[in-house]
Amino acid sequence: MAASPAYGEEKGGSSSLGEPEYGHDPASGGIFSSDYKRHDDLKEMLDSNKDSLKLEAMKRIVAMIARGKNASDLFPAVVKNVACKNIEVKKLVYVYLVRYAEEQQDLALLSISTFQRGLKDPNQLIRASALRVLSSIRVPIIVPIMMLAIKEAASDMSPYVRKTAAHAIPKLYSLDSDQKDQLIEVIEKLLADKTTLVAGSVVMAFEEVCPERIDLIHKNYRKLCNLLIDVEEWGQVVIINMLTRYARTQFLSPNQNESLLEESAEKAFYGSEDEDAKDAKAEAASLAKRKPYVMDPDHRLLLRNTKPLLQSRNAAVVMAVAQLYFHLAPKAEVGVIAKALVRLLRSHSEVQYVVLQNVATMSIKRRGMFEPYLKSFYIRSTDPTQIKILKLEVLTNLANETNISTILREFQTYIRSMDKDFVAATIQAIGRCATNIGKVRDTCLNGLVQLLSNRDELVVAESVVVIKKLLQMQPAQHSEIIKHMAKLTDNIQVPMARASILWLIGEYCEHVPKIAPDVLRKMAKSFTNEEDIVKLQVINLAAKLYLTNSKQSKLLTQYVLNLAKYDQNYDIRDRARFIRQLIVPTEKSGALNKYAKKLFLAQKPAPILESSFKDRDHFQLGSLSHLLNAKAVGYQELPDWPDEAPDPSVRNVEVRGAPWGAHVHGRAKVPEWTKCTSREKRKEKVEKPFYSDSEGESGPTESADSEPESVSEESGSSSSSGSSSSGSEEEEEEDEEEGSGEQSEDKEEEEEKRPKRKEKEGSQKAAPGSAGSPSEEEEEEEGAKKAKKKKAPQGRKGRAETSSEEASASESSSSGSDSGSETEAKRRKPPSSRAGPKEISLLDLDDFTPPPPQPVPSSSIVSTSLVTDLEGLTLTDTSLAPALLSPAFGAVRTYELLHRMAGEGLSVEYCFSRRPFPGDPHMVAVQIQISNNTDAEVKSLRVSEPKPLSGMRIQEFPEIERLAPGDTASVVMGIDFCDSTQAANFQLCTHTRHFYVSIQPPVGELMAPVFMSENEFKKEQEHLARLGEGKLTGMSEITEKVTLPEKCRSDHAIVQQVTSAANVGRVPCGADNEYRFAAKTVTSGSLVLITLERREGAAAQLTVNSEKMVIGTMLVKDIVQALAQ
Amino acid sequence: MARTPLLGLSAVAVSGSPNQSARCQAPRGSGGVSRVPIRAPGGVVCGRRDAGASGWVLRGGGGARTRCRPVRSWGSPAAAMIHSLFLINASGDIFLEKHWKSVVSRSVCDYFFEAQERASEAENVPPVIPTPHHYLLSVYRHKIFFVAVIQSEVPPLFVIEFLHRVVDTFQDYFGVCSEVMIKDNVVVVYEVLEEMLDNGFPLATESNILKELIKPPTILRTVVNTITGSTNVGDQLPTGQLSVVPWRRTGVKYTNNEAYFDVIEEIDAIIDKSGSTITAEIQGVIDACVKLTGMPDLTLSFMNPRLLDDVSFHPCVRFKRWESERILSFIPPDGNFRLLSYHVSAQNLVAIPVYVKHNISFRDSSSLGRFEITVGPKQTMGKTVEGVMVTSQMPKGVLNMTLTPSQGTHIFDPVTKLLSWDVGKINPQKLPSLKGSMTLQAGTSKPDENPTINLQFKIQQLAISGLKVNRLDMYGEKYKPFKGIKYMTKAGKFQVRT
Repeated sequence: MAASPAYGEEKGGSSSLGEPEYGHDPASGGIFSSDYKRHDDLKEMLDSNKDSLKLEAMKRIVAMIARGKNASDLFPAVVKNVACKNIEVKKLVYVYLVRYAEEQQDLALLSISTFQRGLKDPNQLIRASALRVLSSIRVPIIVPIMMLAIKEAASDMSPYVRKTAAHAIPKLYSLDSDQKDQLIEVIEKLLADKTTLVAGSVVMAFEEVCPERIDLIHKNYRKLCNLLIDVEEWGQVVIINMLTRYARTQFLSPNQNESLLEESAEKAFYGSEDEDAKDAKAEAASLAKRKPYVMDPDHRLLLRNTKPLLQSRNAAVVMAVAQLYFHLAPKAEVGVIAKALVRLLRSHSEVQYVVLQNVATMSIKRRGMFEPYLKSFYIRSTDPTQIKILKLEVLTNLANETNISTILREFQTYIRSMDKDFVAATIQAIGRCATNIGKVRDTCLNGLVQLLSNRDELVVAESVVVIKKLLQMQPAQHSEIIKHMAKLTDNIQVPMARASILWLIGEYCEHVPKIAPDVLRKMAKSFTNEEDIVKLQVINLAAKLYLTNSKQSKLLTQYVLNLAKYDQNYDIRDRARFIRQLIVPTEKSGALNKYAKKLFLAQKPAPILESSFKDRDHFQLGSLSHLLNAKAVGYQELPDWPDEAPDPSVRNVEVRGAPWGAHVHGRAKVPEWTKCTSREKRKEKVEKPFYSDSEGESGPTESADSEPESVSEESGSSSSSGSSSSGSEEEEEEDEEEGSGEQSEDKEEEEEKRPKRKEKEGSQKAAPGSAGSPSEEEEEEEGAKKAKKKKAPQGRKGRAETSSEEASASESSSSGSDSGSETEAKRRKPPSSRAGPKEISLLDLDDFTPPPPQPVPSSSIVSTSLVTDLEGLTLTDTSLAPALLSPAFGAVRTYELLHRMAGEGLSVEYCFSRRPFPGDPHMVAVQIQISNNTDAEVKSLRVSEPKPLSGMRIQEFPEIERLAPGDTASVVMGIDFCDSTQAANFQLCTHTRHFYVSIQPPVGELMAPVFMSENEFKKEQEHLARLGEGKLTGMSEITEKVTLPEKCRSDHAIVQQVTSAANVGRVPCGADNEYRFAAKTVTSGSLVLITLERREGAAAQLTVNSEKMVIGTMLVKDIVQALAQ
Repeated sequence: MARTPLLGLSAVAVSGSPNQSARCQAPRGSGGVSRVPIRAPGGVVCGRRDAGASGWVLRGGGGARTRCRPVRSWGSPAAAMIHSLFLINASGDIFLEKHWKSVVSRSVCDYFFEAQERASEAENVPPVIPTPHHYLLSVYRHKIFFVAVIQSEVPPLFVIEFLHRVVDTFQDYFGVCSEVMIKDNVVVVYEVLEEMLDNGFPLATESNILKELIKPPTILRTVVNTITGSTNVGDQLPTGQLSVVPWRRTGVKYTNNEAYFDVIEEIDAIIDKSGSTITAEIQGVIDACVKLTGMPDLTLSFMNPRLLDDVSFHPCVRFKRWESERILSFIPPDGNFRLLSYHVSAQNLVAIPVYVKHNISFRDSSSLGRFEITVGPKQTMGKTVEGVMVTSQMPKGVLNMTLTPSQGTHIFDPVTKLLSWDVGKINPQKLPSLKGSMTLQAGTSKPDENPTINLQFKIQQLAISGLKVNRLDMYGEKYKPFKGIKYMTKAGKFQVRT
């Protein structure tokens, strides 16, 4: 048994640490009286079939662990129970495993498969706990398994599991730091997570694994700032500390240009001179480059969003915000933290201790901040000594001319305290006040001199020491005090004080020429009875007197030196010998003799009495290093402000209106286009409707162009309705075809050039893009104007005569004519998308999980403003043909089409982008995301042999010629599901393989949102109801009672759940407790109306009206399920 | 089943770390000490550790074991926040240890004991003690030291606040937090600690969630458990952690729905010798006990919210709402919690409800001193002052005191020199007083300091700041809850200098 010797050791060791106490511990019940037998007993219990016995055994084992006893020899017996059904046994086994796995690595491996199974469990909580235990087992062999598990969990659906993954990252890192690169990838991915649950944990991981990779924060900076208030409190602390460092590297100092006048005025009074000089230099420097300082809005964002957290109940959070403000805020704003910090002083003494340390540091730099709270630092007799001393420190720092009298009065009471350490500290503090504030120096000195007659020796001694320091500053004026002190030598017995007095007299013997020799005489008399430090000072005094006044003191000096020569202490003997050689001229004495006077009576600088907290603020406040005033392991330096602000645009994140928004390929192009659009923003309202629409119709070649609009759309993400008008599009299209045929050709040419240019110029996005675009813009604008003129009347007309048939007819014809250019465009797309990752490698998501699908570069994305424009049009005369709305933005779910394993490295995912399929409005657009995880190029990816069921149509995506290893391509295909939820089957082919795949749509994806007013909605609902009456009731109306779970009771949550379940548009509604949604099925265009009426409490009633009964029924089921989640 | 571990093994072999694994397995062999030279990297580090410690640190039995473990984490700065926790009682015994990462030998606590010896009193032990390889952060509560071991930079308040949260949780679970209680419930304690931290980072610190995971032991449950064999571990999964209101349990049900709020204000004051106020401030809290079914959404409004100068909230309070409307809007946790702590702005003059007349004098010549104090009501808004308790730390020179109180009882402890007088209620007609003499140590000169008098008192149905709750409304649930509000004023740190 390998562990037994170690066991013996352990036991022997702990027995010396208070072993007897365990004997009568009720829980242990004398386990160790017969160790081995008892362990056998435990093993038996663990092997039994009864859970209760196992539990009992595990409890005893855990109790052993808790007391630090070794239970490692039970490992084999315990590990068997890892798969036990009983949840408490299981938990205790986990506890055991985490504790001992490191020592029993081979056996620990037996448990791994259990956790691996747990990782696949459908229940998120089980997945999380499996990952948690797995990652806690410190067995290096399973590093690859852990890595894999973390990667998978990082893209888990459940934020809780992702959080656990974030927690696991530092564990793995500490186990094997070679994994750093891979872990950074995971961190990068998790940093992009939008849930508050994950944010704190991932930043924690970031801080532990790669705090130097500040670049990873850029894109997440604003998100973190905004999420901050909702993150759990511990996460807040970590995030705030990290953001402090970040801000120090990215923004300019807000105080750089602030006039130093008031502060330097203060300094002139009390500050030491060299400090002033430094300041002056700094001021000169800042004057030189003074330019109007404008705070970066991101900097402001951080300050604004952290401020409410000063109200947190968690002291650590308050402290974190306080240090952030101290390090980052403009001087004028730092004051807000004082109140909160003072509040913390009411907390436990440990909290006080830490807070006071930080306040002490702050109060040196920003005295004004705490001045109003001076009284909060007054000391109570019940405070622990260490707190008293810190408060004293703060009070001293806060002292200035106006409040010094109150402070000194307060100090006077402190001096009478029973706590002698505290009294000593108070006297020191008085000394510091005296040095700092010239006005009160004499008062202080007098006060201290009075203390010399104090009955307590310690007080006197401390006073003497402080007086000595004070006198050193201006000795000439205070010979009276020196005389007074000379008299004290008769009474004071504290060696340190006596030594100080003697030193003073020796040093300033010329000021007290009569007294000094007399003191020496007295001291010579009592020399043998003195303490060592006093003896040394007597020798010192004798030497100095010999040099200045040898007539009177020559014999005395000889006498003292002779006494010292036979002293018991060798230091004193040495000193005596040394001094004799130095001062008494003999023939042997060397050259030094001449300089004896210079050696002994040199000007000695006055000691500077300053706070021990001075300059501690170069450590980040609130940190351990600051507290210890020494760099702790793993401390991250707080960088200095940069002279030039780094490019603030790195933090720009293009939050798309669509939830699948942020994507590599899209983003790679974005910067160049954001510029144009922002430049053109003013015009956008007028021109966009037309050119975006016209673009769409003249061919999806414009795909790249239309993207930036989706960017600008972000502002209106909630209500915006990008593709408000696939209905109206068709009409316009006709105009386009006649009106701008020529022009669109031109554009196509342009378009062909552009992607190439983009590829070439890669990363320097902005310049070429903006240079190239104006002409285009102009052109388009012109075109748009033309189109506008024509369109207006025609559009009206078109709508007036709307009949859905006609619309669909023109539609289908146009789709045919367009298809040519469309495919062409798509073929051109892949190369540019491949260039994406290379351009901005920062944003590159790791290849293990396919990036979220790219938004379809569809033509029909319109800005919010347009929608309002269009609403004006549609609402007036189109009550019967409600305009289709852009998708409501809920979470888009992705489905797996082809798993990585099944696809031999090729993984395919799809989602319903909820954008109208550009080619055919009767088709549902399916966004397909193909990632190549193999290490070979995949060629000619295409769809072949679609085998649709009757009536179903599939519009394949254009063939992808090649997909480089590690690359991802995203394409759109259209499927007409004929308003049924039957799966569409087809084959996905590469140059080597064929995969049979099928796409099955959830019923909610078979429709597109419709915009209508409340009245229209009611009218339609009545209409449908009447339809139903004709047949059987309930044919067109399905009603279901729903119980809303707590978290799904807010308006926002309800709307979100419904819109995520189905592609519907919200209909405005007068009543508070009613929610209405409308949509139209994609193929047949029949209306689907949803009403959710909230009753009291959790109850609600869901009503769906639709001609299509099947769809209605399924939809009800889906929505109910979504709401119940 | 066994396939994946094998996979893992092969992967390791490929990546070339068999060395490492060999190193890790070695410690299992006996006689770890003799092998130290072979394992250079681990050995060097650990050697330093031992050198840094004073000689007797080595007696820690785990020494050899600890040393053998490859201390890889030293290579990288990264380490967990809270590594280990030791619970130490007043007599210096480590009665519980918990490690969230590799085991840290308990010999590390020797540094703590050293510091403890140096400090005269328990509360003077520095909360942060650096040792050569670790930092010890401790809090002292209920006569127990909670010592956290950390290895690298971490905000100290983070750890301290967490440790206090641990103590609060124990108190919440077991009613009291004492050594005996912890030892009796060691398994529950262990389970709770396991849930509270993951790899040293706080995971679930809300007591509501914890209670869902691990049910607190009650006498009834213990009986039931022994009969039925059921367990303390909740069979539900911690759904609370997933919810948007993590502080509230789901599925709460009560037959009597009630919500009580206690407005408790404490006066901190220092009163001068002459009776004038040096500093006085009011700190208040609103403690709530909410037992409401479902997911109630409460709003609490004040008559005079402007009074509140500085506030800190339970995380459930919607800060925006407070900022804009000065209304407390929140979904409450279930059970007892502190909703709000506040500070009343310093501009408002604080009414001091009691005064103390004192005459304490030592005479130089005799060994007797005079002692006389009288307590009386001052500004009480017509309410009675009750629960008055006077304590005073007498100077060392005082040997004994012969005192007669006009009411209540008094005790003088000649060892600690602590005088305490339990006054009870103050009757304005007949003011309570304590008179008598002090015997001083013969031969010593009179103490130059007078003792400070610490005062405790309570005034029911009064919030001294004048704060008043206007109304409490509930949304989101149908039933009508029973609502109650109570005011109280207490002495906080109330000192009279003499």
